[in-house]
Amino acid sequence: MHPTSPHFKENARAALADKPLQAALAKLAVGFPQRRLEAASRLPEFEALRDQARDIKTHVLENLDRYLEIYESKVKESGGHVHWAETAEDARAKILEICRKAGARTVTKSKSMIGEEIAINDYLENNGIEPVETDLGEYIIQLRREPPSHIIAPAIHLSLDQVADTFLEKHADLDRNRELHEPRALLEEARAKLRGKFLGADVGLTGANMLIAETGSNVLVTNEGNADLTYGLPRVHIVIASLEKIVPTLEDASTILRVLARSATGQEMSVYTTFCTGPKRPSDLDGPEEYHVVLLDNGRSRMIGSEFHEMLRCIRCGACLNHCPIYKSVGGHAYGWVYSGPMGAVLIPNLIGMDEAAHLPNASTLCGKCESVCPMRIPLPTMLRRWRQRQYSARQTGTFARTALRLWAGLAKRPKLYRLVMGLGVAALGQLGGKGRFKSLPLAGGWTGVRDLAAPTGDTFLAQYHKGPRGDQSGDLMRKGFRS
Amino acid sequence: MSTGRAQILDRIRKGLGRKAGDPTNPALDRIQAHQKNLIPKRAQLSQDQRIDLFIKEAERVNATTSRISRFDTVPSAVADYLRRHNLPAVVKIAPADDLRALPWQAGSAITVSDGRGEASDAVSVALAFAGVAETGTLVMASSPESPTTLNFLPLDHVVVVRAADIAGDYETVWEQLRARAAKAGTDVMPRAVNFITGPSRTADIEQTLLLGAHGPQRLHIVIVDEPPA
Repeated sequence: MHPTSPHFKENARAALADKPLQAALAKLAVGFPQRRLEAASRLPEFEALRDQARDIKTHVLENLDRYLEIYESKVKESGGHVHWAETAEDARAKILEICRKAGARTVTKSKSMIGEEIAINDYLENNGIEPVETDLGEYIIQLRREPPSHIIAPAIHLSLDQVADTFLEKHADLDRNRELHEPRALLEEARAKLRGKFLGADVGLTGANMLIAETGSNVLVTNEGNADLTYGLPRVHIVIASLEKIVPTLEDASTILRVLARSATGQEMSVYTTFCTGPKRPSDLDGPEEYHVVLLDNGRSRMIGSEFHEMLRCIRCGACLNHCPIYKSVGGHAYGWVYSGPMGAVLIPNLIGMDEAAHLPNASTLCGKCESVCPMRIPLPTMLRRWRQRQYSARQTGTFARTALRLWAGLAKRPKLYRLVMGLGVAALGQLGGKGRFKSLPLAGGWTGVRDLAAPTGDTFLAQYHKGPRGDQSGDLMRKGFRS
Repeated sequence: MSTGRAQILDRIRKGLGRKAGDPTNPALDRIQAHQKNLIPKRAQLSQDQRIDLFIKEAERVNATTSRISRFDTVPSAVADYLRRHNLPAVVKIAPADDLRALPWQAGSAITVSDGRGEASDAVSVALAFAGVAETGTLVMASSPESPTTLNFLPLDHVVVVRAADIAGDYETVWEQLRARAAKAGTDVMPRAVNFITGPSRTADIEQTLLLGAHGPQRLHIVIVDEPPA
């Protein structure tokens, strides 16, 4: 898909005015974090498991070349094929080649972020092969020709009415006057439509939540069971995965599974966790006759050893999206490409370049919530800051912001001068504002354009801190200083 | 060899500041050791407690369970289930000798056929390789006696698991698969290992939880106390 990331500001403005989107985001903002918290509190070892999960991926990345070689040899031993793809174009071409060789007309597909990243659906379609998304949310957005707006809940931005309208329009063979006012009715309709596709597909294309070096297996995690019908029925199974999905052993995969669903949906375990290893065995009654893995690099090997190295620990659970004040305000589409939220703001510039994605690392308050919930403890705010530093060094930061930052830095390095200027500023603003609020202020239009700025009351924090003794009174000082 | 393989591996080695042909291989060492990481206390239980936890966790995620003492009463447990849900007495069973040998017709008047799953199958009965108490998870291992399609195509999925096969944690199941492979001289992993934790579900429409997305809408687990012969 063509990125609209350069238009983040316009996208965000439109998202804020989009009522169904705002209703969906309000629901998400409560539901996901609440359920994650409940799941985490049911498992006393959750924090320790996060440490171990992080350590597993840290070790993998330090030995990634070795693990990839072992993984490849294991896949071959089990009768499968591994295809290396440096770029999205390489991966698309390889997938098309396998589909053509299989004489494929229809390809069923279970949700894959890598599939989105390489825009495989458009490519197959342009080459005369019908791709069918089978995850309910992905199916809905495929009908609407939209990208996903969330890693694990791709149609989260849509209301029931919007889905019903889409089905009425796209399922034109069905009765125009049928009832579609209940989620159950929509699910039944999609289930029936997709059943036929599952049974008729020539190739099943899935992603992979993990690749296990020990056994050459790919792991698939779903709740609907669509991945299992996708790889289980057609003659050919293609796995498309990026190369950092490797984990060493079945034990290591189990540790990561213990934090994945809990972080993502707050489930203890997703309904279906599948380990596929090679094609069907000679006497098996079902399963694909061919098993292919397309290993995608697409910029990731360049991240190894870079200051964004740790981003490659990401397991795509979506927890950082669910807890991000920016994501919860504007949703996933505003980010303008496949990924979104804090992980997207770090990853997208790595994959499509800083020029296209310049706004994204700035679309953050750096509140730190993302890092605090990330099961792999990825230092997302630190990496967002690194992008900002790069922008500053590359003079991509605007003149106004650069001047303001330089002034600020000049002050911040001279504590006495800083305190003097702040004291004067606070006093002046306090005088001007009385005890009220500013509706507008010169140079602060970005803030006051959409909300008032509280006028400061009293002294600066440091002045008050030096005035009063510590102890009981400090609470009073805090209240006085930060009253708005 | 595919295009790009050498370039990708070279870039990774360069990023890590390492040359090709380094004789030490920590990756191989870790794989050979396949050490267990932290196992939650919840999973470390006596046999009786394991079964109780397995039932509790499975029911938490909308599975139903029944517990019987003898394996040859599986058909009557299945008959009870069919009656409870007003389902026709026709089931597709996994082509495993243990299941085939059961008195389906004589005792419970259930018409059975065996084989892989088909679109027309309404109810399937399969045999689990193991259960995992930690999360109420069933482990299905594909084989000619255990086709994967039986676990996903029917709307009603009945799984028989022996109490002795219910482990505390996932790691125990991997050990069992490794032991089985060592004994038979085969690969550790069959083509598909399916962990199943409750019936299929989705929350993709307005975050409303609905059971029965693409897989089974109901999952019934029959736990058999009798140890295998």
